[in-house]
Amino acid sequence: MANIEKKESYLQQTIDVFRGLALGMGVTFFHLFQRKITEEYPEKKRSLPSRSRARIVLTRDPDGEERCVACFLCSAACPVSCISMEGEEREDGRRWARWFRINFARCIYCGLCEEACPTLAIQLTPYYEFCDRKILNLVAEKEDLLIDHGGKNEEYNFYRYAGVTMVGGKGSHINEREPVDVKSNLP
Amino acid sequence: MSFMLGMIVLLAKLGLVLVGLFLGAGWLTLGERRLLGWIQIRLGPNRAGPWGLLQPLADIVKLLTKEDVIPEGADRLIFLYAPAFVAVTALLIFAVVPFADTWTVMGTRIPMVISDLNVGLLFALALSSLGVYGVALGGWASNSKFSLLGGIRATAQMISYELSLGLSLVPVVMLAGSFSLVDIVQAQAKYPFILVQPVAFVIFFISAVAEVKRIPFDLPEAENELVAGYHTEYSGMRFGLYFLGEYVTMVVLSALVAVFFLGGWRGPLLPSFVWFFMKVTAMVFIFIWFRATFPRFRYDQLMHLGWKVLIPAALLNIVATGGLLLMVKG
Repeated sequence: MANIEKKESYLQQTIDVFRGLALGMGVTFFHLFQRKITEEYPEKKRSLPSRSRARIVLTRDPDGEERCVACFLCSAACPVSCISMEGEEREDGRRWARWFRINFARCIYCGLCEEACPTLAIQLTPYYEFCDRKILNLVAEKEDLLIDHGGKNEEYNFYRYAGVTMVGGKGSHINEREPVDVKSNLP
Repeated sequence: MSFMLGMIVLLAKLGLVLVGLFLGAGWLTLGERRLLGWIQIRLGPNRAGPWGLLQPLADIVKLLTKEDVIPEGADRLIFLYAPAFVAVTALLIFAVVPFADTWTVMGTRIPMVISDLNVGLLFALALSSLGVYGVALGGWASNSKFSLLGGIRATAQMISYELSLGLSLVPVVMLAGSFSLVDIVQAQAKYPFILVQPVAFVIFFISAVAEVKRIPFDLPEAENELVAGYHTEYSGMRFGLYFLGEYVTMVVLSALVAVFFLGGWRGPLLPSFVWFFMKVTAMVFIFIWFRATFPRFRYDQLMHLGWKVLIPAALLNIVATGGLLLMVKG
């Protein structure tokens, strides 16, 4: 209202004030009829980016085997301790989780388990609509978590790079040299 | 016999007004939220029932089932009764507001006003001044610094704006020659007073906004500074009563604006009740429009506007109106 540079008459000031108020009210009145930008959720669902973090899955390698080797790294990385499992060795020497449990009621979807996983087994997906009033329904067992594809990386197969060789003998991993005959490189 | 009949008619009118005001205030909360939403280019609450029409019911159920918290060290009695005080004073004002033309049924004339007091205008002003007690006492009894500050601000604000509210109505009384709201509406048979008293209308409306404690004069509840001001410590339906009081006051003050300046229930073609309703709705819309547009005044700016702008302007308006009336009639 007060004009420091040049003192205007009271009439001019009054006119200015009402002009300013009217302009503001004009803007809001125009907005009243503008197209609304709200997206109504259940009717219109945005497709989320593939890297957004929600429900956790256990993926399979290209051979259709479970990728999880029950190394407990995800369980250790989990800040809220919502992952538990029991590891076991199969007859062919390959490790797997006998049971695997994620308590989604406790999970904070931080994605640390995914980062910790050496075999790309545990992955977070954009699927987020699975809330429930019964907390026990949110405890997911292995059969609820397992999917039949490789998730974000279809090709990766941990046992081709490390661990027990499933095909061929020693030195048959990818990027692995043939085993050195220790007798040949004696000094 | 006629006493009993009169009693029944009076009770019917009371019920009509009470139910009308409560429903109006309830659905006004929805209307306000939706309008504010639209003005902010969003949709507002539209989930409960068609167009969100059941939202007020959901809110009431929520408020009624919430815990009624009384803070430690609160003055229990005053704390418990202060919200009711706000709502009751707001409701009582409507007793003198004529909401439709006199209705003639079987030769009996039924005035569509609960009580045609000959000092109706003073009654309305007195009650709206009393309403501040609910706010101030509620703020004081809460034993919280934010509530107390809100209550103090409400008191200071009410005192400042009550003056200009009353002074802006003096020219209306001079023109109508009566304090009765029914007579004031009768006096506007030829033209509504807004045409001859635009300054008084503006002053009254600004003071009315301050009286309802709404943006841009919502200092008593200023969220950003005082949490929620005088109702910080209230919860459940007591909090709801404060809100009910605020919305009923909004409706009542809109009705008063309609009666004093817009010709009350007068209007061509449509029935008188519809005209009254339309005028009140238009005024309420402007209240909400104000809220959507203007930022809050600072405390000293509020006082400045009240004491240095509105009251002198109202006084000048009285002098000018008096002079003109003398010239024309004298």
